[in-house]
Amino acid sequence: MDVKKVGIVGYGAYVPRFRIDAEEITKVWGEEAKRIKEGLGIQEKSVPDMDEDAATIAVEAARNAMKHAGISAKEIGALYVGSESHPYAVKPTATIVAEAIMATPELTAVDMEFACKAGTAAVQCCMGMCASGMIKYGMAIGSDTSQGRPGDALEYSAGCGGAAYIIGTEGLVAEIEETCSFTTDTPDFWRRPGADFPSHGGRFTGEPAYFRHVVSASRMLMAKTGVKPEELDYAVFHQPNGKFPMQAARMLGIPVEKVAHGLVTPFIGNTYSAASMLGLAAVLDVAKPGERILVTSFGSGAGSDSFLIRVLDAIEEKRGRARSVQSYMDDKEYVEYGVYVKHRRKLKSL
Amino acid sequence: MFMRRVAIVGVGMTEFGEHWELGFRELIAQAGVRAIEDAKLQGVKIDALYGGTMAAGRLIGQEHITALIADYMGLNPIPATRVEAACASGGAALRTGYLAVASGMHDVVVVGGAEKMTDVPAGDAAVALGGAGDQEWELFMGATFPALYALIARRHMHEYGTTREMMASVAVKNHANAAKNPYAHFRKEISIEDVLGAKMISEPLTMFDCSPISDGAAAVVLMPLEKAKEHTDMPVEILASMQASDTLALHSRKSLTEMRATKVAAKRAFEMAKVAPGDIDVCEVHDCFTIAEILAIEDIGFFEKGKGGKASLDGETALNSKISINTSGGLKGCGHPVGATGVKQAVEVTWQLRGEAQNNRQVKGAEIGMTHNVGGSGATCVTHIMKRGD
Amino acid sequence: MTEGHGLALTWRKIPERYNLIGSHCDNCGENFFPIRHICPNCRRKGRMKNSRFSGKGEVYSYTMVYSPPTGFELEAPYVMAIIQLEEGAKVTAQLVDGDYSRVKIGAPVYMVFRKIQEEGKEGLIHYGFKFKLG
Repeated sequence: MDVKKVGIVGYGAYVPRFRIDAEEITKVWGEEAKRIKEGLGIQEKSVPDMDEDAATIAVEAARNAMKHAGISAKEIGALYVGSESHPYAVKPTATIVAEAIMATPELTAVDMEFACKAGTAAVQCCMGMCASGMIKYGMAIGSDTSQGRPGDALEYSAGCGGAAYIIGTEGLVAEIEETCSFTTDTPDFWRRPGADFPSHGGRFTGEPAYFRHVVSASRMLMAKTGVKPEELDYAVFHQPNGKFPMQAARMLGIPVEKVAHGLVTPFIGNTYSAASMLGLAAVLDVAKPGERILVTSFGSGAGSDSFLIRVLDAIEEKRGRARSVQSYMDDKEYVEYGVYVKHRRKLKSL
Repeated sequence: MFMRRVAIVGVGMTEFGEHWELGFRELIAQAGVRAIEDAKLQGVKIDALYGGTMAAGRLIGQEHITALIADYMGLNPIPATRVEAACASGGAALRTGYLAVASGMHDVVVVGGAEKMTDVPAGDAAVALGGAGDQEWELFMGATFPALYALIARRHMHEYGTTREMMASVAVKNHANAAKNPYAHFRKEISIEDVLGAKMISEPLTMFDCSPISDGAAAVVLMPLEKAKEHTDMPVEILASMQASDTLALHSRKSLTEMRATKVAAKRAFEMAKVAPGDIDVCEVHDCFTIAEILAIEDIGFFEKGKGGKASLDGETALNSKISINTSGGLKGCGHPVGATGVKQAVEVTWQLRGEAQNNRQVKGAEIGMTHNVGGSGATCVTHIMKRGD
Repeated sequence: MTEGHGLALTWRKIPERYNLIGSHCDNCGENFFPIRHICPNCRRKGRMKNSRFSGKGEVYSYTMVYSPPTGFELEAPYVMAIIQLEEGAKVTAQLVDGDYSRVKIGAPVYMVFRKIQEEGKEGLIHYGFKFKLG
């Protein structure tokens, strides 16, 4: 890209407090806890409170991003929320957030959906708007309270959380050096309107879906930028479980230690549209100026957005202004299966 | 003041309780006829009617309630006006009737209060009652009426060391009084353990700290004192009728542990009646929750601020003790058909001053009585002071 | 669902419910919530303007509600509190996410954004402020 340098001005995270241990779920469905936890690489996942949804989570993440960035809300020219659990089928989450951070009325807003990749797609849109000079700052949010069918493998991983990124061309804490995407129509993960739970491809999710798109997009990015695996300090991949990101790293020749810090799924589950964005936030919470991060998201079987990020000096100046991902991961209270099912409204009478 | 002196010449009420067989019309007719018969109004024309009901619109879908009452009682074409001040609707209706007679506008006025609460599910009745508070900023946020008084209780416990046992003792006393009252909703005594061990409604208030949902009606007949003396040899004069307001929402008050509306109304009532708290022999206070009685006896001036709890626990408000509070059983024991309560309080005090309290509920030598009726969490207070007129 | 919640009303309340915007009287200096047009102290001498409160405050009183009104059944029991904001005004709101044994008068709290009520499965969702210990 030969337009203005564009990147992250600020970011914010939010993860609800409640957790359910994977073992609690195995008890109900007669699985072996140890086998499930090791096989999936997931210890526990986050559970939203009865009064939380993708909008409330997006607002908390957005407010944290505002605290971090130190900009005025009125300077935000675009606000996008990516989710697969928007509270309304018709009526944007983005306007609720815009109102709640007092960014209205002079901005554009829209909701996005691409399963777990909607948040990073929002980042790309903001990048274009900022780099072209159309807006000064844009906010891209990934937020979800994802659903897992009772008894299905996804029940162990479908978690909830949100991450918000303020994109711009000044006051950057990190530059987004390059982005590219790999998109096909691969039917691996879907939900029809009115269906309570998504359907997914089972083993198909591996090679033709996740690995094909994540690895292809990452290779495209590495080719375009010329960056080599050893020049990367961190790699954050979409993390539907605790295992796939490691495997993707190996396929790309990236040492698996570089994946560890951005892997949050083992502790909070797969937060869907927020997943790679929360992983990136966890890395940015500790990264040093000059370090470089590869981020590749993945959604719906069908697409991956890849980013190469260089951390700048200002990251240290703004650090600590808002709560860290680790502090959200550490602040937790366990519930058992009955309470979990009530909170997730899986009881049909609810 | 150049206003006329006013007296109560007749009183009547229905039993309070769950009246599956009596609708709103039947309740008001029963209370109205009893009051008119007690007043021996044969051949005397009634000039005006004032009626208090808080939530007829939500509870029975009926507005224009006094038009219904005047019609059903066969009183057309007299003027009939509804007065509403949440749980103080009855007291406010009494005050309005008093002003009508005192001003010289009307001579014979009937004041009634009624509420039919059991035709809707309890949850709907609770929502209707929530309208007594700030619907937008209290009920909407999840604060039920018991929650508001629980917030008051918690603060009173914090500021003055009031305990749950002290609050429970109010319920125990009021149930003991109600057990003797043939008109009361509850006729059984209870213990402090019963109160503490009952189902928690809004911590620290249990079900037995809260007045019930009841149906009922009460009515009084007013006349100017001079005319009353010719009409009956036991008129009960209203020495003072005062009312005050405070913020609607509890969170807007300067203090949660006192009711400014009570303090202002009571002070003005004592000034008008030219008596002091120590002169009151019997007082019906607004115990929608046990903590409310504790605040009331402090704010009226019977006990120092903060000492109402201990006084209740020590029995200083029991029948024929230092001051007989809520000899009817109060809202807690006698029941609380919302609009009826303020008028029922006047009925009870009239019986006490006439020496007609039933079943050994009589306060010995009662000469001066008082009623205290509150709306919402304290946004309205109406007080009356009455004297046995001989 | 409490009755009477038309969508125009909910729309009017957004600044107050989402962003804790109340009133400040430039004449007497006191802060109020929700918005008032007439200062109770100064009446017509008052000069009221909108003022956004920070969301920080402390617990002034609290209770645990076991008997919820219509619309709150799924959340019961829940904690209701009167919060004294650092600007001086007090608000009534739920306290979330906490260990009830840690709720005390004077405990510091901060505002969070949550669902207050929903109008069934097809109606509007009402969002607004609640508070959390910390």
